[in-house]
Amino acid sequence: MSKTIKIRKGLDINLVGKADKVIVEAPMPKTFAIKPPDFHGVVPKMVVKVGETVKAGSILFKNKYNLEVNFVSPISGTLKEIKRGAKRRILEVIIEADGKNEFETIDTSGVLDRDTVGVKQFLLDAGLWPFIKMRPIDIVANPKDAPKSIYISGFDSHPLAPDYDYTLHGKDKEFQAGIDLLKKLTSGTVHLQIKGNADAALKGAKNCQINTVSGPHPAGNVGVQIHHIEPLNKGEVVWTVNAQDVAIMGATLLTGKYEPTRLVALTGGGAKNHKYYRTLIGAEVSVITAGNTAAEEGVTNRFISGNPLTGDNVGEAGYLGFYHSQVSVLPEGDRYKFFVKDGWLSLGFGSFSNSKAYPTWMLPKSKKWNLDTNLNGEERAFVVTEEYEKVFPFDIFPVQLVKAAIINDIDNMEKLGIYEVAPEDFALCEFVCTSKIPSQQHIRKALDVINEECM
Amino acid sequence: MKFLRKIFDNAHEAINKNEKTKKFFPLIDSFDTLMFTPNHTTKNGAHIRDAIDLKRTMMFVILALVPCLLFGMYNVGHWHYEALGETATFMQKFGIGALGVLPLIIVSYGVGLGVEFIIAIRNGHAVQEGFLVSGMLIPLIMPVDVPLWMVAVATVFAVVIGKEVFGGTGMNIINIALTARAFLFFAHPTSMTGDKTWVAGIKDMKTDGVLADGFSGATSLGDLAGAKAKYAEAVIATTKGKSDEIVQALYDKGDIAASKAMSMMDSFWGIEIGSVGETSAFAALLGAAFLIWVGIASWKVMISFFLGGLSIAGLFYATGGDLAAGGNPFYAVDPITQLMYGGFFFGMVFMITDPVTAAQTSTGKFFYGFIGGALGILIRMGNPAYPEGIMLGILIANVCAPTIDHMVIQANVKRRMKRLKTA
Repeated sequence: MSKTIKIRKGLDINLVGKADKVIVEAPMPKTFAIKPPDFHGVVPKMVVKVGETVKAGSILFKNKYNLEVNFVSPISGTLKEIKRGAKRRILEVIIEADGKNEFETIDTSGVLDRDTVGVKQFLLDAGLWPFIKMRPIDIVANPKDAPKSIYISGFDSHPLAPDYDYTLHGKDKEFQAGIDLLKKLTSGTVHLQIKGNADAALKGAKNCQINTVSGPHPAGNVGVQIHHIEPLNKGEVVWTVNAQDVAIMGATLLTGKYEPTRLVALTGGGAKNHKYYRTLIGAEVSVITAGNTAAEEGVTNRFISGNPLTGDNVGEAGYLGFYHSQVSVLPEGDRYKFFVKDGWLSLGFGSFSNSKAYPTWMLPKSKKWNLDTNLNGEERAFVVTEEYEKVFPFDIFPVQLVKAAIINDIDNMEKLGIYEVAPEDFALCEFVCTSKIPSQQHIRKALDVINEECM
Repeated sequence: MKFLRKIFDNAHEAINKNEKTKKFFPLIDSFDTLMFTPNHTTKNGAHIRDAIDLKRTMMFVILALVPCLLFGMYNVGHWHYEALGETATFMQKFGIGALGVLPLIIVSYGVGLGVEFIIAIRNGHAVQEGFLVSGMLIPLIMPVDVPLWMVAVATVFAVVIGKEVFGGTGMNIINIALTARAFLFFAHPTSMTGDKTWVAGIKDMKTDGVLADGFSGATSLGDLAGAKAKYAEAVIATTKGKSDEIVQALYDKGDIAASKAMSMMDSFWGIEIGSVGETSAFAALLGAAFLIWVGIASWKVMISFFLGGLSIAGLFYATGGDLAAGGNPFYAVDPITQLMYGGFFFGMVFMITDPVTAAQTSTGKFFYGFIGGALGILIRMGNPAYPEGIMLGILIANVCAPTIDHMVIQANVKRRMKRLKTA
C-alpha cells in the first residue's frame, strides 16, 4: 500500500555552504545544555540540583504537567548551571562533562515482546520519549494518547539540510530497531517517507509502510507528507519522529546505553570547512564552528542551531538544539542597502526572490546564493495575494489561516485546517512574504491557543 | 551614498533628542526607507527573507503606468489642437499635454502624501506605500480640465474615507483611485461629464469662439449616449430637408458605429477623447504585459474581466441596436469596438487587479474579474446616463470580492468537514 507523492508547490532555496560528505570528529565539548524551550509547551520540574553529578541518561527534569515524561542528560558530568530568563523561566540546563562516560543502566530485555504500555514505559524511562512529537500542535507527544499512525520523514528538504541518506548510512540495524519500537506504539501504520534513491538503511526498513515523496521543499516536512497520505482531522492524533532520532532510539535499545550521537552538518555562507561533525545532542556550537567561520570585513555572523528557515539563533556560545542536526552560520544583514544599488529599486541580479519582480527566475537554477539576515523591507499589512499559495502544498488557504490565527478566531482556525499544520510548514510562506508577516510565530501562538482550548 | 546615510543618521538623532519632535519620526523614516532598505534583521522564524518588498511591488505598478501616462500627455495635446482646428508637431502636442497633466499629478501626490504624512505622524507609524500607486492612478482617470481643487478634495476623501478609516494600506475595501473618481462623478457631475471638460482649454475656446467647426468635445461614449437624441433631431431635420452627412448616415443606417470618430483602431491606439490615461488600450496592454511578466498583477483577473465585458457586449450586440426602431445606440457597436472605448482596458489592467480589493483566492479571481467586466459593460450599455460604467462595475466587484472569497473558502471548509464525517 505504499504511496508515491509528487509535490508541485514549493521552493528550493539554493544557498552557498552545503556540507561536504566528510565526517569530522568534533572535539569533546566542555559543557552541554538541554534547553526546555526546545520542547515547546513543556514546563520543567527540575529533578537534580546544581552541583549534583549525573550520568548519561540520568533524568534532569520532568514535564511539570505530565510527570511521566523525562528529559535526560546526554553526557555524564555535573549540573553546572540552570540559566533562567524572564519570569524565572528555565532557558538552559547546563551540564559540565567529566569525561568519565558513565551511563545509566537501561533494562532492554525483551522490550519488543512487551505490550504497548511496556514499550511506552521503556521509552519514558530511557529518556527517549521527547523524540516523539505529536500532530496537531507540534509538541512532545502525550504518552496517554493512542496515535492513529506514526510518521517518519526520511529526508530533510530544508535549505542546506543534512542528507539523511548519508548520516544514516550503515545504521540499518539501529534504524530498524527504532521502527520496531515505534510500531509497538500504534495500532495503525508506521509511515516512512523517502526520496526516490534513498540509502539502504531507509529503503530496506521493514515493519513500516514506505512512501516515496518527490518535489521541492517542503516535500520533506512531515506535515506535508501526512497531509498527502492521510490528512489529519479534528480529534485525531498522529506522532512524528525525526529519522535520525529513530536511529538513536534503536541504538539505545540495542546497546542499553543512552548515547545521543548526532552527525551535525556545518552549513551556510558564514562558515568554511562545511562538513559533518560527530558530536552529541546539546553540545556547544563552538566545538563545531570554532576556526570554521569566514566573515567578510565588518560583517558579523549569526549562529543558528538548525536550518536557516526554522532554526534558532543561539549565538556563538550557544548550544545545539535537541532536535537539530545542523548548524547554519549566516552573515548578519544589519546594514543599510541603498535603494538603487542593492536595495528595493535595484536591478536585483544579486538578490534572491521567489517573486518575478527580481530576475532570480531568469538566472540559472544552479546559481548559489549567500543570503544574509536582513528583513529586506518592513512589516506591512497583507497586500500581495497568491504568494503563500505558491509555496504551500496543502489544500488549505494559508493567508486566511494566518489571519484567523492573528485574531485568535478559534472557530475559523479549526475550519481552515489548523490541525494539519505546524509552524515549520509556514516557514516558506514567511520567507516569500512581501509584507514580512511573521507567520511561523502567528501559527505557533494559534496552536498554543488550540492546545489550551480544544485539546 | 555614505554622505546621504550620514544625513539621515544625523536627522534621526536630532529628532530623537527632543520629546516634542519625536513624533515627527515617520517623516524622516519615510524618506530614509525610500533611499535605503533599513538595517532591520530577522528576529525569529525564518532567518533569511525574500528580497521582495512592498516598495518594489508598488514601484513596478508605477513603471507599468508610464506608457499610459506618456501617451495620455500626447493625446491631451492632440485633442487640444484638434479642437482648435490647428496642426501641430508631435512635440508641441506632447508639451501642451504635459502642461495639462502635470498639475493633476502634482496635486494628487502633494495632497495625498500630505494626508498620509499627517495620519502617519498622528498614529506614529511609517508612511505606507499604497498611495504611491493611487497617487498616479488618480490623475490618469480624471478629465484633463477638471478643476484642481476638485482633484484635491477627491484625493483627501479617497485617502481618508476610502483607506485610512479602514486601517491604511492593505485594509481598504474599495479601490482608492476609483473612490476619488466616483466621489467627483457624483459630487460634481458637470465637471466629470459632458463636452466641456475632456479637452485641455476647451471652455476658453468655446467662449472665445475659436473651437473648430463640428468639434463636439465629448467622449466616444458621450457621443454614443447622445446619439439617440441626435437621431431624433436627424429625423426632424430630414423631414425639414436640411440634414448634414453624419446625420444622414445615422438616419440611413441607424448604426452609430459607422461614424468615423468611432473607429476601432483609433480607440485601440487611444486617439480618442477621454480621461488622461485611459484612452489607449495599447498603452494599457503594454502595462499589462509588464505586470504579468514581473508577476505583480493577476492575469486571471485580467482575462476574466475581458471575457466578462466581451460576453455582455456580445450579448447586447446580438439583440441589435436599431435606432430607427427606438433601440439603444450602444447595442449597435460591435463587441470588440465596444471594449476599446473608454477606460475598459485601463480598468482591466490597473484597477480591477489591485490585490487589496480583489478576490484573494485563485478560483475567486476568475469570478471576481468576470463580474467586474460584465457589470461594467452592463452599466455602460444599459444606462447611457452613466457612460463610464467601468468605474462602477469595478467598484461593485470590489464590494463583492469578500463574498466571492467566502464562498470559495467555504467550499474548502466543507471538504474538510466531509472528511471528518467519513473518517
